[in-house]
Amino acid sequence: MSILAFAEQRGGALRQAASETVTAGRVLADAMGVELTAVLLGPPSITGESERLGRYGADKVLVGSDDAFVEYVPGVHADAVVAAVNEIDPKVILFPASALGKDLAPRVAARLKAGLASDVTEIRVEDGRIVAVRPAYGGKVYITVAFKGEPAVLSVRPRAYMAEEAPRDAEVKELSALPDPSQALTKVHMAAGAAKARPDVAEAEIVVAGGRGLQEAEKWSLLEDLADALGPGTALGASRAVVDAGWRSHDEQVGQTGKVVSPPLYFAIGISGAIQHLAGMRTAKCIVAVNKDPEAPIFKAADYGIVGDVFEVIPRLTEEIRKLRSED
Amino acid sequence: MNIIVCIKRVPDSEGRIAIGSDAASVDTQGVKFVLNPYDEIAVEEALKLKEAAGAGSVTVMTLGGDDSKETLRTALAMGADQAVLLKGKPSVDGLGTAEKLAEAIGGREYDLVLFGKQAIDDDNLQVPAMVAELLGVPSATVVVSLSVDGKSVKAEREVEGGHEIVEFGLPAVIAAQKGLNEPRYASLKGIMAAKKKPLEEVEVGDAESRLEVIQVMNPPERSAGEIVGEGADAVPELVRKLREEAKVL
Repeated sequence: MSILAFAEQRGGALRQAASETVTAGRVLADAMGVELTAVLLGPPSITGESERLGRYGADKVLVGSDDAFVEYVPGVHADAVVAAVNEIDPKVILFPASALGKDLAPRVAARLKAGLASDVTEIRVEDGRIVAVRPAYGGKVYITVAFKGEPAVLSVRPRAYMAEEAPRDAEVKELSALPDPSQALTKVHMAAGAAKARPDVAEAEIVVAGGRGLQEAEKWSLLEDLADALGPGTALGASRAVVDAGWRSHDEQVGQTGKVVSPPLYFAIGISGAIQHLAGMRTAKCIVAVNKDPEAPIFKAADYGIVGDVFEVIPRLTEEIRKLRSED
Repeated sequence: MNIIVCIKRVPDSEGRIAIGSDAASVDTQGVKFVLNPYDEIAVEEALKLKEAAGAGSVTVMTLGGDDSKETLRTALAMGADQAVLLKGKPSVDGLGTAEKLAEAIGGREYDLVLFGKQAIDDDNLQVPAMVAELLGVPSATVVVSLSVDGKSVKAEREVEGGHEIVEFGLPAVIAAQKGLNEPRYASLKGIMAAKKKPLEEVEVGDAESRLEVIQVMNPPERSAGEIVGEGADAVPELVRKLREEAKVL
């Protein structure tokens, strides 16, 4: 009896999502009194990363190290996870609710004919059943669901379980079933030059989000400067209005038809705070709002607010943060 | 090119969501329902592909009750040729719904099945990939760019920090993300024509739910915050509070 956690990698290195998924698995494994196995699929060099999964609480690591796992190929990855499931017969299978996890988890659930709870923020055991809490309607409601059968498949929202060390010497084993890339239905490669320097808005430590109050797309340089001052873990975000206006690309949109985010620190700059936006960022730990309208709904959700002209407040904020960072 | 677009009727994103008296459902009374915004993008893409191919048909399909006919008519008004209502209740998780859809799709001729990447009610993001698995065809989810050349498909998927390019052959399943296209509005002529287009009804029964909803709650409340001050002069105090009180800097 055990729990299986999918440890995501990219380019031969573990992603933040891997340590978070393993942490969620550790918490649940302790509650259930069972073992936690991580499955790690990557290029031949990936075996070196497997020990790191022990640091976050994996008792065992099943490694698939093969060139077939360099890029995420849905069928090849689903085959390998199902092989791992057949090997250890887990009661619970955890994925990160990342781009990869959101694609892979439904495929594995379909193959296993198992229930899947997506994008969960909490997992617990109640009367022997796996129960999970998941935001729905873009975060406007939280739904608690219980699994009727086993295995229970879940994808865990980024930052719902912050990576926590629970070190042990993980037993590392090669996955016995080897992938057969010739059976892959799809060919995959990363688009050249598309990679952005900043983290994804859903996974960032800090989000600097802008809205219509910025007045035009060119003014985003102010937010870029603030994000640069805050440091490399900072992502840019945008309200739906500015994405619809074509000022920013959709992958930065926060809210019901964009991404739901829970960073430790969220700056809402010139964002009035429509219901669908608030639903998408209200689980941030600390929210700072800057808006010239003191009646803007965003101030009701914000921990700290400044009423004022964003074109005066933001450059000053950037300056103060730079000062602070240079003193650290 | 024969395209099937799977769509869903969902509450408008502008509205509030009230919790039912049983605390385990959503109260839909007085709620404005719309065609799921991502499905609008899928319908638009289907229409564009059919127009480019110069032949074929676009079928819109949904699993739901009689009230979903309005949603199917919305897609017909955009330009889809025919509609199929699979009468039954969708499942709590995605798999039951995917099983009903895959069964209906498998019995028809199709080159491409299009979905919106997620329904904005349950936010499951499960059904498109599951339908692809059940049909045994290649697929790409969260697609922001799509080109179909004869029988080969090239799609760009949104991933963290960039795009992934995926290539495969037809038949296939695609799930549309915002940015793929700008959905058209239904013209008055389209709305009138939609009333006469065929809408097939098939009793399929309720989808199997492998999850059960035990509670629906409001999101955790946020305690009222404070206005630190007005204008740029308030910035040093804000930074101090972020560092010393909130400890986030």
